Amino acid sequence: MSKAGWIRTLLLVGAVGALELACRTGAIAPTMVTAPSKMVTTLVETLRSDEIGMHLRHTLSAVAIAMSIAIVGGFVIGFILNWVPFLRRAFSPFLAAYYAIPHFAFYPLLIVIFGLGPVPLIVLATLFAMVAMILATMAGLDRVPRVLLKTARIHRLSLIEEIWRVRLPAAAPHILSGLKLAVAYSFIGVIAGEFILSTSGIGHEIAFAYDNFDNPRMYALILFVLGIVTLFNMAVFAWERRMLRRRGA
Amino acid sequence: MSGGLLSLRAWRDPILVAISLVALWQVLHEIAGDSAVTAPAPTLAHLWEMIGQARFLPHLRETGLAFLQALAIACGGGVLIGVVLGGHKLTGEVAEPILVALYSVPKITLYPVILLLFGLGMPAKVAFGALHGIIPVVLFTMNAVRNVNRTYLRAGRAMRLTPAQTGWYVLVPATMPEIFSGLRIGFSLTLLGTMLGELFASQRGLGFLLMTAIDLHDVKTILSIAVLISVFAIASNAALLAIDKHLHRGAAPEAPEKS
Repeated sequence: MSKAGWIRTLLLVGAVGALELACRTGAIAPTMVTAPSKMVTTLVETLRSDEIGMHLRHTLSAVAIAMSIAIVGGFVIGFILNWVPFLRRAFSPFLAAYYAIPHFAFYPLLIVIFGLGPVPLIVLATLFAMVAMILATMAGLDRVPRVLLKTARIHRLSLIEEIWRVRLPAAAPHILSGLKLAVAYSFIGVIAGEFILSTSGIGHEIAFAYDNFDNPRMYALILFVLGIVTLFNMAVFAWERRMLRRRGA
Repeated sequence: MSGGLLSLRAWRDPILVAISLVALWQVLHEIAGDSAVTAPAPTLAHLWEMIGQARFLPHLRETGLAFLQALAIACGGGVLIGVVLGGHKLTGEVAEPILVALYSVPKITLYPVILLLFGLGMPAKVAFGALHGIIPVVLFTMNAVRNVNRTYLRAGRAMRLTPAQTGWYVLVPATMPEIFSGLRIGFSLTLLGTMLGELFASQRGLGFLLMTAIDLHDVKTILSIAVLISVFAIASNAALLAIDKHLHRGAAPEAPEKS
């Protein structure tokens, strides 16, 4: 590990230790923050009880559906927009302003349209994540070097072959970073939606624990969500690294 | 690139977008009916009427104030931290992965913690908005400071500039375009954060109005407020984007890839 890595680890361990100490000595009241060790023990207890499994399943299945639609749909739409300049010109102003809109302001409307349940959550998360994928796909295909396309023509590749063997691999790094964003945004969309208004899911459980002054449970669940999402992001990140290294070699 | 054509196009696109959005809205209304999506014209009339009402203004002011304070903290604090992290290599290396990890985590889960720390009300909203906006500002500023061309600094030293002069005449112009891009993203995210904060456990503000409108199944009000916020967000984003482009054009003559 590099020097910076060591310092970072020390820093994080120190911060957790300081928090633990402050909570144990009573410098921070338990009504504000519970001790990290207690967060972990409560988390283990919570995970043992079976009702949390249902919430976890609801959240993760909503995230998985939203993520799949966003990635596949975003890729296809990005590809089409890149292929048809007319459509691209028409849509690019939309896309440029898209992430300026606070999407969660439309969540109430989605609830009214689709009813309270998993559907508005999935729609919200998909809307939130898909455009990142579209933008990344377009950026990737834009940056395919001309010389590769010429080589493909010299080798008389058919259109399908050219796309499959030349364009897509060349665009892969950008598409992957779009994928990473789509994963993170799907999580954010679903959990934020659950948090604001829903009847089940991890986000809802955190909000419910907050409303009931059940701090230990709330902190345990927060820790859990942050842990899952960080793990997921790190996995995608590691995969991306491996892929890039293979291309570089 | 003739100026006349450019300005014509600059106006044509947003107008076309606005028209097609309203058309799409009308189509949605025709499909879904009045109970799900109200038609554009009555909704906008309702919005206009709402803005005129005295009971609406305190909510608007609350949200606006929270947003402005959060924005000030995100921009000021973000640039300051970013300059420190960019200027000192080791600190930057230590902090960057932590910041990137924080950036992609659903920060909404931290909102209860902020509510416990700051209490219900304005400070919690400000803190939450600032939390959303500050990370991109820090990351962009850090990269901008790191990537300042060493030749500029050496040239400054050769001309015997004082540190203050180096800062003003070399560092500020060299980092400005990048930092401004960060501020633009920070602006959008701060708005998002402030709105999120208001949607959950709040007693005032536009987000609160949205939540009460859900309870009343008042689609017209939901749509009005969503449109109001979106128009504000898109308009400010367009203005910031224009400034952003202008800055980048002036500062980077050797911009290699502009397809």
